[in-house]
Amino acid sequence: MVTTHLLVSALISGLLLGAFYAAIASGLALVFGVLEIPNLAHPAVVVAAAMLVHTLNGWGFDPIVAGLLLSPFFFVAGVLFYSLYRFTFEMRGAPDPLRSFSLFFGMAFLIEVALILAYGVDFQSVEAPYIGRALSLGWVRIPYRMLASFVGGTLLLSALHLFLTHSMTGRAIRAAGTDQEALRMLGISPVRIRQFAFGLSLATAALAGALLIVIGPVTPSADRIYIGRAFAVVVLAGMGSISGTYLSGMILGLAETLVLTLLGASWATAVSFALVLAVLAVRPSGLFGRLR
Amino acid sequence: MRSEWTFWGGCALSIGLSYALTLGIQNEYPFFAGYVVIQFVLLATAWNIAGGYAGYVNFGAAGLFGAGAYVAVAVGQAFQAPLVAQILCAALAGAAISLAVAYLSVRLRGIYYSIATIAVAVILESVVLNWPFVGGARGLSLQRPSAPWGFGDYTAFLFVVMTVLAVIGVAVARAIERSNLGRGLAAIRDNEIAAEACGVPTLKVKIVAIAVSGALMATAGAPYALYASYIDPTSAFSMNYSLAALAMPLLGGTSTWVGPVIGAVLLSVVQQALSVVASSEVNLLVLGLILVFSVILLPGGAYELGRRRRRLA
Amino acid sequence: MTEPLLSVRGVTRRFGSFVAVSDISLDLRQGERLGIIGPNGSGKTTLINCVAGRLRPDAGSITFAGKDVTRLEAHKRAWLGLARTFQIPQPFHGMSLAENLYVPLGFGARESPSDSRDLRKAAMEILAGLGLSAKADADCRSLSQIELRKLELARALAGRPRLLISDEAMAGLSAPEVDEVLTILFALSERGISVIMIEHIMRAIMRFSERVICIMAGKLVATGSPQQIVRDRQVQKAYLGE
Repeated sequence: MVTTHLLVSALISGLLLGAFYAAIASGLALVFGVLEIPNLAHPAVVVAAAMLVHTLNGWGFDPIVAGLLLSPFFFVAGVLFYSLYRFTFEMRGAPDPLRSFSLFFGMAFLIEVALILAYGVDFQSVEAPYIGRALSLGWVRIPYRMLASFVGGTLLLSALHLFLTHSMTGRAIRAAGTDQEALRMLGISPVRIRQFAFGLSLATAALAGALLIVIGPVTPSADRIYIGRAFAVVVLAGMGSISGTYLSGMILGLAETLVLTLLGASWATAVSFALVLAVLAVRPSGLFGRLR
Repeated sequence: MRSEWTFWGGCALSIGLSYALTLGIQNEYPFFAGYVVIQFVLLATAWNIAGGYAGYVNFGAAGLFGAGAYVAVAVGQAFQAPLVAQILCAALAGAAISLAVAYLSVRLRGIYYSIATIAVAVILESVVLNWPFVGGARGLSLQRPSAPWGFGDYTAFLFVVMTVLAVIGVAVARAIERSNLGRGLAAIRDNEIAAEACGVPTLKVKIVAIAVSGALMATAGAPYALYASYIDPTSAFSMNYSLAALAMPLLGGTSTWVGPVIGAVLLSVVQQALSVVASSEVNLLVLGLILVFSVILLPGGAYELGRRRRRLA
Repeated sequence: MTEPLLSVRGVTRRFGSFVAVSDISLDLRQGERLGIIGPNGSGKTTLINCVAGRLRPDAGSITFAGKDVTRLEAHKRAWLGLARTFQIPQPFHGMSLAENLYVPLGFGARESPSDSRDLRKAAMEILAGLGLSAKADADCRSLSQIELRKLELARALAGRPRLLISDEAMAGLSAPEVDEVLTILFALSERGISVIMIEHIMRAIMRFSERVICIMAGKLVATGSPQQIVRDRQVQKAYLGE
């Protein structure tokens, strides 16, 4: 029976979840939306981060602190991976979508398998003072872990947005997608900027991974579900729109929890993917972006 | 032309040989294993028509494979339809699904098509999960019919059926490759805007390739339920199919029909060998590694490598 | 033949709030040689993209060979005989030069040769006319700038066009190479093909064009004979120092 209580809870959950979905998608929005690199392995990196956070948590670190600690390493990994991508593709002349997509797809798989070999197929989780308790507002109970990831996600998106709009490097990143000539004229190397952007993207993945495992237990093959969600958010927001990502995350979160409440879990996974198709059919440029 | 005779001769020989094997070998296992290899030949060949020839990468081959398997089962259960009818319905379903996806996304850039294929695969699996008639999440056990006249064993029969289907798939791929359509696809792959400016009706050409590719991929899945005597969403929509459909042509070579065949045989043999000695995770790891390394090191696949060696020799 | 081959009426094209092309009209007679000049970013290529079908105009109409092509797909315009080259050469990089030509030959206007031997013959003829026979089976990656430009032209010609739009085919070429391209374009004009040439190289524009138009900031600001254009005050302002 669907009651008002249930619906309201679903709505609140959806919004809280939404900020988190936006956090996961933010890194993807950065490289795909701005640099036009389709990093299909991004969700896998988020899951990998989640697992590493689990390990660090086992050593006594708070999950979110662990995420922050991991981000510089993930940044470096991003820079290295971009160099590999560049060596394989951008330097060999004509771009080959088949091969570049396949590279990322393959990487996603390798990451997943590596995680299975390291952690097994079971769900892993973390422990923290805010996990397991909830905030009571009248008859509504909001788990603290959901609040934590909501706050984390919101802060991450805000920081990213401010960085991209107000800092020199951030604006250079936005230019690297559309106008590399302008960058060269300013004496900024487009390659360095793209390296930085990719590194930044994976750094956000580290934080998103922390939020992921705070919200709930994670298994290595979780990246398959999140690939749909991440792309749904990015496609819905529109290319090149980081701020739109936040709103799209909310929309996806709401849609999912409503479907979950009304139709059950077996349809919930398909929601994000159906949303992707719907957006492509109706408004490919997304809600906030420009169609290129 | 001599090459025509060689090709069609080879096709007839393959089918004849597969049948001869069923007469000579009494054990079921070789056909059980052989079926898988031939099935991947068809899947990889089918994938390559849109992925290799046109550059439109399908990441949801599992969706089409599973759809083919489930449509065949549904038709078989509902109408007691013979295998031929099941296969035809599966092919039609594959074409219809691919047309829908193509129509939604193909006017946009290639990456949107690829994302759409992932989406469709997941949605199809969800649909099946919620469809009690074909067993839903629990799956369905099937009673195999008795082997037709001329065959001692049903698995051996399916082996020959799959060989025939694979030969058809390869013949179709080759025909497309050599036709004007194939030239148009290659032009689209190399430079879609220039292709359009040269008079190639890019939208139509892409959609045809995607529809044919989808129909053949679904065909590869059609006999699956009868092959395994059982079907459930997890195995029918297994990610392995999506990964293999991509890795095999990349390994073997994407610009011609020979590549996917080579890649499929190589990889499925490797997979079969690994499944005996290693866990499914290691299997996936090897597949992923092969995919990544083919992409980085072998721009044209094994086929290009072989061609280059011959030219230098 | 009094009806113009190409008729552009009030074409406007925006990108978001930026107006790239604003209310441009022009007519092109059969067999005419038209030059288009204008600063970088003034909307020349956008206009050409609208004419060729790569973009749809937001307003206005385009008529080619008596048909309204405003919303017609680009490949169908190619079938009607409208060919264009690209500012940055866009060869089919996986194919040899001859194979590059098989595409427009196989998909172009009326009577496509279906036999592979006819295709080869037709392709070789076109390549020979442009001095590219020796490289017929070469990889596109091995071509020099001038050869790439000539390949662009060869591909446009393979479609048996009535109108060829040449978008800065001479950019970055040396003086003798510019003359080489000019000779080719003159030869085409002699065969009755109408040519629209977009160029920054004034020498080429002056020699080649029967009429010149100047586009600035998306608007058509001057039209006339080459001599008239050169004396036009606005054109002089834009090209001061050149």
